[in-house]
Amino acid sequence: MPKMPSEKREEQYLKEREKFFETLPKLNRRQFLKAAMASAAVVLAKNQFPPHSFQLVEAVEAKQGKVEVKFRFAYISDTHLYERKLNERFVRAALKAVEDVNALDPQPDFVLFGGDLAQLGQAEELKLGKEILSQLKAKLYMMVGEHDWYLDLGEKWLELFGQNLPKGSYGWYSFDHKGVHFIVLNSVIVEDYWTESKMTPMERMKFMAQLDNPKGRPFTVGKGYLGDGQIRWLKEDLAKVSKDTPIVVFSHSPLYKYYKPWNFWTDDAEDVQALLRPFKNVTVIHGHTHQPVFNRIGNINFYGMLSTAWPWPYAPTGLPKLTIKMNRADPFDQFDGTGDGTVEVLANGKANKIYNLWSREPMVVTARYLESGGKEEVPPVPVDPSF
Amino acid sequence: MLKKFSLIIPLIILGIFFSGKDSLATKGDKNSKDDKKVITACDGATQVVLNDVAKNEVMTREKAQEVASMLLATYQQQKKYQSSKFTRRDSLIWERELKAMIEEGYKWFHDPSLGTNGISCDMCHPDAADTHPETYPKFQIQLKKIALLRDMINWCIENPMEGQPLKEDDPRMKAMEAYIIWARANQDPRPHAKILNPGKR
Repeated sequence: MPKMPSEKREEQYLKEREKFFETLPKLNRRQFLKAAMASAAVVLAKNQFPPHSFQLVEAVEAKQGKVEVKFRFAYISDTHLYERKLNERFVRAALKAVEDVNALDPQPDFVLFGGDLAQLGQAEELKLGKEILSQLKAKLYMMVGEHDWYLDLGEKWLELFGQNLPKGSYGWYSFDHKGVHFIVLNSVIVEDYWTESKMTPMERMKFMAQLDNPKGRPFTVGKGYLGDGQIRWLKEDLAKVSKDTPIVVFSHSPLYKYYKPWNFWTDDAEDVQALLRPFKNVTVIHGHTHQPVFNRIGNINFYGMLSTAWPWPYAPTGLPKLTIKMNRADPFDQFDGTGDGTVEVLANGKANKIYNLWSREPMVVTARYLESGGKEEVPPVPVDPSF
Repeated sequence: MLKKFSLIIPLIILGIFFSGKDSLATKGDKNSKDDKKVITACDGATQVVLNDVAKNEVMTREKAQEVASMLLATYQQQKKYQSSKFTRRDSLIWERELKAMIEEGYKWFHDPSLGTNGISCDMCHPDAADTHPETYPKFQIQLKKIALLRDMINWCIENPMEGQPLKEDDPRMKAMEAYIIWARANQDPRPHAKILNPGKR
């Protein structure tokens, strides 16, 4: 019988492993680390066995000088709730995230909700979401997503969550926390597609809710039906902040251009990026993409958030180069590929992101990984390739 | 003038002679088409080229009968082929039928009424992404058996969508299969979406 490719690979792996352990006792510390790194590299290159299985811990800890963590905040995003009587599944997932965050010890300084609390923007859905999130022990900051907005153009959402917004704001605001300036945007504004076609509110909502809608309109910050108010506000807001203050921006859509057919996209992303360019440390945390996705453009580090409801496949093109793709989620496990997460803000103003994937090892993506162009602090590459 | 030609012609003949047999043969082949007898049928299109009859040669009666039979057979064969050929109208009809089935599939793929909890297929599979129809049949580890695409469609309807499975010959099932296969092959530019790969995990 000829050997199947998998059998050949396994045989080779066992051979290499044996050789590796044979040479181990003969090494001094320096050579030992070198061998450990090499072994890890072999495993990574093969993509066949989990890197944890024999990557030596010491190799990771040998990295010099860790920067102190100044504070942490947590996030929950994209819960896509229906009414409870219609769909328990997504309610379970949202509650799981709340439990997760409440179990963090020490507690995060605050929790950001990343948008798409509701699936179809209905009052019952938004109220259910508010009720679930009210169980959080830490302070909550809300951001809006398109699923919350397009049934009534934000009316109910603003009523429930918009009490402390600045004048003239449709969901955008900023706050300061321990020397870091936080900005929350409403990045899901599109041009008016409903008036001329005389859509009912529910038709408008469903048009927007369909990710693969071939007629879908691209998200913007300051070019949609609300005009450029948000961009003008952002300019004024940033004018008050010194250039070495670390900035963290929350946006529902990615503030860059990833894949237009699914609206993984902000049409005027460059305008926002330009306003953020003069600042030394800028991090953008976005929802909407339901997957581990990370990017660096100029001075800005971008991290996508996980959804609690379902993971989205990676788009066929346009994926940021620095992203390490999560391998395909197991559809038989409701919680695979979904989760919540935390962000560590470091003393030097950088931010690291921890993806708390519910059915997998957590994935840590550091600012250093992004800023080294993917050369340092590389997160573990998944066992199987993403499809 | 004549004097010049009488000099050039022997030179050419000499040249041919010295350039060898091969080039002579090639030259002969090139000219052969013109030399051979071509008989055209009364339809003005069907032709036979006779290799063994020179252009100006008059054929014997037997030979002429043989050629005529050959011409008739060729004509009949071509006609038979043409009658099985489809017209542009045919292909437009087929295209429209296919499009209608794919669109029907698209409709159901985006319809939460297959389930009971508001979820529709496209919510996890925009543009039918991550459905990989090209990998079926395959051993579906979680089901512990060989699955076809329709088994997984039904699995999704029963589980995440909390609905009733469709019969295998349900027109909605067939239409969704048509949409999924079409969407993957036409909307995903990556090569693996276009290559059959049964058994791939």
